[in-house]
Amino acid sequence: MAFATSDPQVGSPALEQSAVKILIAGGFGVGKTTMVGSVSEIAPLRTEELLTDAGVAVDDLTGVATKTTTTVALDFGKITISPQIVLYLFGTPGQERFWFMWDELAAGALGAVVLADTRRLDSSFAAIDFFEHRQVPFIVGVNCFDDAPRYPVEAVRDALDLDPDVPAVLCDARDRESSKAVLATLLEHLIDLGTAARA
Amino acid sequence: MEYESEFDISPGPLVRPFAIAKGRTRPGRYDLDMITLVVALAPADRPGLMPEYAEILEAAQRPQSVAEVAAAVNLPMAVVKVLLSDLIERGDMIFRSPPARTTQRPDPKLLQAVLDGIRNL
Ligand SMILES: Nc1nc2c(ncn2[C@@H]2O[C@H](COP(=O)(O)OP(=O)(O)OP(=O)(O)O)[C@@H](O)[C@H]2O)c(=O)[nH]1
Ligand SMILES: [Mg+2]
Repeated sequence: MAFATSDPQVGSPALEQSAVKILIAGGFGVGKTTMVGSVSEIAPLRTEELLTDAGVAVDDLTGVATKTTTTVALDFGKITISPQIVLYLFGTPGQERFWFMWDELAAGALGAVVLADTRRLDSSFAAIDFFEHRQVPFIVGVNCFDDAPRYPVEAVRDALDLDPDVPAVLCDARDRESSKAVLATLLEHLIDLGTAARA
Repeated sequence: MEYESEFDISPGPLVRPFAIAKGRTRPGRYDLDMITLVVALAPADRPGLMPEYAEILEAAQRPQSVAEVAAAVNLPMAVVKVLLSDLIERGDMIFRSPPARTTQRPDPKLLQAVLDGIRNL
């Protein structure tokens, strides 16, 4: 692996780790922050990104302090994988008007989990479209809300019109083991894609 | 949130960092991503250091991502990236970018390590 690093200085605390990220996406209220929180080793953190009146990301700070801006919150968690690798999980903002952020979020992401709620599957269509178009590998986690009707995962796949090679699994975002299993499914899928590409 | 009114009435907590960062654009002098890791090389309690820089150094005495630093100092990432660039330029911090990819796909060894790490949680 190659890393871009600023000049390390002699006697400085070494920066031995590098970071990777996975996105937890899906419609509004689908359980993204809950899933981040259930597997993260820290309580989910939140950062604010600036949004101009027009709803676009602020990328030039000139005069920002005197303009009307709003912010959009990003929730994220962290898993220390090894002394060399730290994994960040970013819950993507659910509302469509925040999608301008998705490009920065998607850049360099290993992959994504799209959470779906069977009561309103349509709210996850947009995330699926986005990742398909950007060629960000993803899997679908069907979040089992208590009062939602249970459907076989095949029925959900059909309703979402998923490609046959995109894994879909049932999950409970509140449950740590279930969320771990979802992430493991994503990683297995990523490894399979790599193997297929090299074959 | 309206920074404008804060600016007009009383300088809110965000005004100073904006004033320090202002006029400098996001791509900045370093290519800092939200998961670029940074660590302070200098103590945070150096006399004369502006409080915004001191807070960032304090937050990054151990390696942290840009996103974590932003959360810790409660400033938008766009502002934090500019302030971090200042600190890196002065040699008060170092950074490490995420693994570079030679191809579209991440390194299979990296993926396997992440999978093992998740299973072992
Ligand atoms: N029964 C059940 N409830 C869940 C599950 N996942 C999340 N919830 C609940 O659903 C609500 C919304 O969850 P969040 O994690 O805030 O959803 P979100 O996707 O982050 O929402 P936004 O960021 O607002 O788009 C919370 O009250 C959760 O407790 C689940 O798997 N099962
Ligand atoms: Mg949320």
